[in-house]
Amino acid sequence: MAGNSGPLSARAKLAVTAGKAAAAVSRAAGRGSGSVIGGKVALKLDPDLLARLATHLDVVLVSATNGKTTTTRLIAEALRASGPVVSNALGANMPAGITSALAGGSDARFGVIEVDEKYLAMVARDVSPKAIALLNLSRDQLDRAAETRMLAEKWREGLAGSKAVIIANADDPLIVWAASSSPNVVWVAAGQEWKDDAWSCPSCGGVMQRPGDDWFCGECGFRRPTPSWALSGDYVLDPHGSAWPIHLQLPGRANKANATSSAAVAATFGVPPQVALERMYQVQAVAGRYDVVTFMNRELRLLLAKNPAGWLETFSLIDGPPAPVLLSVNARGADGTDTSWLWDVDYTRLAGHPIFVIGDRKLDLAVRLEVAGLDFRVCESVDEAVQSAPPGRIEVIANYTAFQDLRRRVGN
Amino acid sequence: MSQNSLRVVWVYPDLLSTYGDQGNVLVLERRAHQRRLDVQRLDVRSDQQIPTSGDIYLIGGGEDRPQRLAAERLRRDGGLNRAVANGAIVFSVCAGYQILGHEFINDLGQREQGLGLLDVVSTRGEGERCVGDVLGDIDPQLGLPPLTGFENHQGVTHLGPSARPFARVRFGNGNGTGDGTEGAFNETVFGTYMHGPVMARNPHIADLLLKLALDVNALPPVDDRWYDALRNERIAAATQPA
Repeated sequence: MAGNSGPLSARAKLAVTAGKAAAAVSRAAGRGSGSVIGGKVALKLDPDLLARLATHLDVVLVSATNGKTTTTRLIAEALRASGPVVSNALGANMPAGITSALAGGSDARFGVIEVDEKYLAMVARDVSPKAIALLNLSRDQLDRAAETRMLAEKWREGLAGSKAVIIANADDPLIVWAASSSPNVVWVAAGQEWKDDAWSCPSCGGVMQRPGDDWFCGECGFRRPTPSWALSGDYVLDPHGSAWPIHLQLPGRANKANATSSAAVAATFGVPPQVALERMYQVQAVAGRYDVVTFMNRELRLLLAKNPAGWLETFSLIDGPPAPVLLSVNARGADGTDTSWLWDVDYTRLAGHPIFVIGDRKLDLAVRLEVAGLDFRVCESVDEAVQSAPPGRIEVIANYTAFQDLRRRVGN
Repeated sequence: MSQNSLRVVWVYPDLLSTYGDQGNVLVLERRAHQRRLDVQRLDVRSDQQIPTSGDIYLIGGGEDRPQRLAAERLRRDGGLNRAVANGAIVFSVCAGYQILGHEFINDLGQREQGLGLLDVVSTRGEGERCVGDVLGDIDPQLGLPPLTGFENHQGVTHLGPSARPFARVRFGNGNGTGDGTEGAFNETVFGTYMHGPVMARNPHIADLLLKLALDVNALPPVDDRWYDALRNERIAAATQPA
């Protein structure tokens, strides 16, 4: 069915056109890319538009707490080896944004779609994906989001009858719980540093045992499945036992894990791991993340970390001391308005780094760092922090809206 | 204090450490160290026994199913009740607070028995979830400055005659009963709905627990500059809701 694009109905065409017009108005008014408003208008005119747009595509859905935007990019890059791809590359990951992205790719063969965790089951029902990649689940924005295990439960119910191949992380018990109701799962040992949302068995509530990289519930026998793909150091191990080197411009263990899952997805579409991994090298920065910019004659590397699991992975990829570190935290709607999660992040990992603190909630961070026994300096602006920082590339770690603020200021 | 070092027990982090409340343990430890007190921190998972020889027990908030599992295991264990009978101090937050009462509504919608360490009963609120910054005045008997915190709960907690409200709210919901009460306490057992974490926002609560455990009236002062700055900001924010 790929590439075999039957014509859209008159109604769907009208909806796409109206959506594009709304997006153009939104852009002209200086209100962002317009992809969400465009999608909203189009979906209102034709509620089945998302499903209709997807019938012409081989669709992959990507969902997770962390890494979904990057992984979507990596998969899109890999699948381009086989044909044109349409993707919501900028992270507009709810139905309106997805609709808008798909409407822009009428000649594509593949649709590579990042989906917000809450909408995964719904979007999976609408677009009949060929594959779904599930990377990890952990606590995030608990003042407005569903409980983490409840989310896994909803995925499990929603995916139970799915015909898609589920590419799932065997190292995250919540992901395994969500995926194991599906008949067709490819398990990937992608690792996960953060473990604190899966100490109790998602199946029976028993206390999880975690010797080494393994995990199992001593009470009901729910356990880590045997993976067919694995991340091993700097290599992807494929189901035949061949090791393929990972060359990425993106830093860190988490991105190697994302590359491993992406290679497994690519293989389900017939793209061999060697080809897929070579193509992934193209990916430099994703929506500004990992970008190195020059600001006030200093090099800054911009890193996004939105929740405890994300901060943990980020700490493991930054340059060692004495590299200066600039932290910025906001608590606006899109960030979650409760900053208590800062206390689930182990900031003692930053010992030895000169630390500079900015953002709407710099005082919460200041108390957090004081209690961690670290030296730090609170600054009023990124300019002041950069001026105060000792030599060396500055590692800038920020949560969602703080990251947007930074990008605007440093001209990225 | 039962021995040379202060024993702080962090109860069931595998179930009840989802909302940053382990910050209370970190603040308590830090402020004890700053007073040159030796602290022994014990993290007790829900498949381990609760030691009865602790001086201060801290319990945090968790999601609905872990809350039920924690109540079942704490009831079966019995250690926390024995520790309180020995005079131990307990400070609990949100789901942990509800567990210390007589009963609460569990994730299955059923009444779940608590530990009966606080004379409170929790039900499930019919209205909107209580989420946001809170400002209140702590019971004058405890001699503490205003309470600031962040609440995030559906539960409503009703106080019986032998529990005193920990605070009265000026902004926010607290116990959710509409009478302005927030949290509850008796001689040595405390409960609150406040995250933030509450001791990062109110370090004097950590000091109060230390003083109770050491049986002293005062502690050497420490540098509260950042805590004070954060408190001022959050108190101002609570009075001007977005």
